[in-house]
Amino acid sequence: MTLLDRRVTPAAARGPAADRRASVGRTLGWAAAAGVPLAFLGVFFAWPVAEIVGRGFVTDGVLDLSGVGEVLGRPRTWRILGQTLTQAALGTAGSLLLGIPGAYLLHRCRFPGRDALRAVVTVPFVLPTVVVGVAFRSLLVDGGMLGGLGLDGTLAAIVLALVFFNYAVVVRTVGGLWERLDPRAEQAARSLGASPWRAFRTVTLPALAPAIASAASLTFLFCATAFGTVLVLGGRRFGTVETEIWVQTTQYLDLRAAAVLSVLQLVVVAGALAAAARARARTERALDLGEPVGTAHPVRWRDPVDVTAVVVTAVTVVGLLALPLVNLVVRSLRTPTGWGLDHYAALALPADTLRVTPLAAAVTSLRVALDATVIALVVGGLVALVVSRRPRRPVLRRAVGGLDAVMMLPLGVSAVTVGFGFLVAMDAPFGLDVDLRTSGVLVPVAQAVVAVPLVVRTVLPVLRAVDPRLREVAATLGAPPGRVLRTVDLAMAVRSLGLALGLAFAASLGEFGATSFLARPENPTLPVVVFRLIGRPGAESYGTALAAAVLLAALTAAVVAVCERLRTPGVGGSW
Amino acid sequence: MAPTHHRTRTAALGLAGALALTGCSAVGGGTDAGEGTDGGTVTLVTHESFGLAEGILEQFEQDTGLTVEIVQQADSGALVNQLVLTKDAPLGDLVYGVDNTFASRALDEGVVVPAEVTAPAAQDAAAYAVPGDDGALTAIDVGDVCMNVDLTWFEEQGVEPPETFEDLTAPQYADLTVVPDPVTSSPGLAFVLATIGRFGEDGWLDYWADLRDNGLQVADGWSEAYYTDFSGGGGEGPRPVVLSYASSPPFTVPEGGDEPTTAALLGTCFRQVEYAGVLAGADNPEGAAQLLDFLLSDEVQADIPTSMYMYPVSSSVELPEDWASWAPLSDEPYDVAPADVAEHREAWLEDWSATVVG
Repeated sequence: MTLLDRRVTPAAARGPAADRRASVGRTLGWAAAAGVPLAFLGVFFAWPVAEIVGRGFVTDGVLDLSGVGEVLGRPRTWRILGQTLTQAALGTAGSLLLGIPGAYLLHRCRFPGRDALRAVVTVPFVLPTVVVGVAFRSLLVDGGMLGGLGLDGTLAAIVLALVFFNYAVVVRTVGGLWERLDPRAEQAARSLGASPWRAFRTVTLPALAPAIASAASLTFLFCATAFGTVLVLGGRRFGTVETEIWVQTTQYLDLRAAAVLSVLQLVVVAGALAAAARARARTERALDLGEPVGTAHPVRWRDPVDVTAVVVTAVTVVGLLALPLVNLVVRSLRTPTGWGLDHYAALALPADTLRVTPLAAAVTSLRVALDATVIALVVGGLVALVVSRRPRRPVLRRAVGGLDAVMMLPLGVSAVTVGFGFLVAMDAPFGLDVDLRTSGVLVPVAQAVVAVPLVVRTVLPVLRAVDPRLREVAATLGAPPGRVLRTVDLAMAVRSLGLALGLAFAASLGEFGATSFLARPENPTLPVVVFRLIGRPGAESYGTALAAAVLLAALTAAVVAVCERLRTPGVGGSW
Repeated sequence: MAPTHHRTRTAALGLAGALALTGCSAVGGGTDAGEGTDGGTVTLVTHESFGLAEGILEQFEQDTGLTVEIVQQADSGALVNQLVLTKDAPLGDLVYGVDNTFASRALDEGVVVPAEVTAPAAQDAAAYAVPGDDGALTAIDVGDVCMNVDLTWFEEQGVEPPETFEDLTAPQYADLTVVPDPVTSSPGLAFVLATIGRFGEDGWLDYWADLRDNGLQVADGWSEAYYTDFSGGGGEGPRPVVLSYASSPPFTVPEGGDEPTTAALLGTCFRQVEYAGVLAGADNPEGAAQLLDFLLSDEVQADIPTSMYMYPVSSSVELPEDWASWAPLSDEPYDVAPADVAEHREAWLEDWSATVVG
């Protein structure tokens, strides 16, 4: 403490001129760190979105805002807004309720098969909704295994599917922080006589709050903008702002209505982000972070906390996640003549007129996802680094908070708006003679735009929990700013980067929304192939589509498992 | 420590493997095969269902020296809207896949320009020309969107399958029918138009109200309806009546059998026509015209049924055998004038939504 109180910094010792130079250099460095992501987002997100939304507000070169009153005056708009908020709130609540015990079990406890289970729970997150629709609904329809529950076409079915997709987001974001929390505080509380629940409520939960708020805001955004899930499971009866924008844009070409709805969606999203940011700011504090492995313990069958986590997670994994996945695998093994691997053999053949084999599409997917992940890690990493600082000047602090919120927006704007925006903005960007719309370069970029917020939200809670005194101590001991970054921040962040890597890779492997609006010449990704195959008549195409979806699931699980290993201690440090 | 080392190696191997597999890509692997031929490039903008058997397009490239690039976008409705939006900077040279429910919008917006077609099948194509069009859209193929029934189901239940529009509203067929939503699916829209063709602008909504009251199920898209709700055709759903195509039944001939297990109700069909046209402002209009001619050639026309599940417009090519036996086109399909569709589409769909979805 005394060290800090005296604030003997090497810079001060060097004299005012050197101090100023160093300060200018530091400012420039931070400006660049913030500028790169802002430029990326500006070009590949804000500009196209502004172009397309702008068209909705400009008629014959004149600003025309009459659409605003007209669309906001429709009772239907308000009903849809209500449905969006209801579904997103229920989906988020469900994901948190089931995901927090899952995060505890998968990140605080040790048991055989844990790594495999961590990989498996990530799978639903990437599955194309058209496949999940089949896997889910065929369980729920009359005569299906769960047909007796009468859930088909109900709000409950949609909410279950939203939880199915987003469970992994909560488990991983919350688990990422939880596994590094020093368990001694909770142990101390319990040895002082606190019940397990009380210790959890008063010690652990507040420490986890930033990660929970992170997970909640991500999940809320994913739920509020879910498109395929809502249409496939509920139809337009349960339409949301997102589905309405899709209908108005692609089917009616009513850009005026679409623009108003897009702005409305943006307002909702900004509100949700602001609320989440406030929740985080209130609860964030420096934590004692330990080695992940050091904090995990074998499942204790006498501990009510452990038992509850095991029961909740088992029910969730078996009943909600595994059932549709197993259903998918079973159906992919069913051939016209019985059971067999015929559909899997078909993956190596050019699927009639697709011109590529599903296997080749899988390689394309991996390649594109790798590009997208690299972009997302660079951009998202920079954002997390900048946002993790708490500058003393209020202006800067607000700017940092603003950057955080702005980088989340891509999750809250509809894919169709972004996709159509690309179409109108990217034919000759900046007057350059490259048609980005048909070049294929945009595909990884579009996927990265979606993956950046995931990277930020998984890395940031850990970076923010780094005790600033660590940095100050390092600086006091004479480390230049770059060295402080490397030895303190990077060392801490690198361990959570494995997690971010896995999520970003998974997100781009499964990304379909924005990708499906980009012109793709000859090499489609695997989700696109699944979509095309399932749109063709014949039991064989259908079977191949399901086998391709299982392949996508297996690839995801494998990639996540590899990333899982990347982040075990000893690897992270020497990375 | 040993396990850590082991893990390090596994992880490193895994990463190396992933990098090797993806060729350590920085947007890699996108080199266009066939680039460098002298005739230039012609870009075909089309929907997700486009495809031709292997070798056909390659032959065209060899014969003409052109390189064909394909840009595939969404379904036919979204396709036209995307073309309208990108009118000032078109996505390519030729569009294929504009259907008769969106043809008028493409024509009104000036997305396509007239081109001369010299292929012999142009005569056949002319029979499907959009009224008032001066050659900007050329018909390439046609198909019928009709109700399909699962014959096996009806046989097992000992019930006669329905045949007409009216049958579907009869009590003995309650809770048996599923259709895709016309707002989110193009066959769904085609069927709405069939009912408008059959019952007229004054009667069609009443018919839908009857269908709704008789337990109609609305699914999001064709594949949802066919594979999840329908009981035949590879699906295992509960409903034996589904909206699909006249060409669907041949795909349900069981292994070793010689008759399909489903049939199309040919009294409930909407005739869909798919057009191609040279895009206004195309970089390579000559190449586009050549490719357009090629789409009407015997090779492509004969390939259309197996590759795109539509019927060729050309009368000189033969249909596949199972199509000839099990997938006849309707003798009296319903049709609605493209100009009417263009004018009323949104209003009709809104009325439909208000009546059926609520």
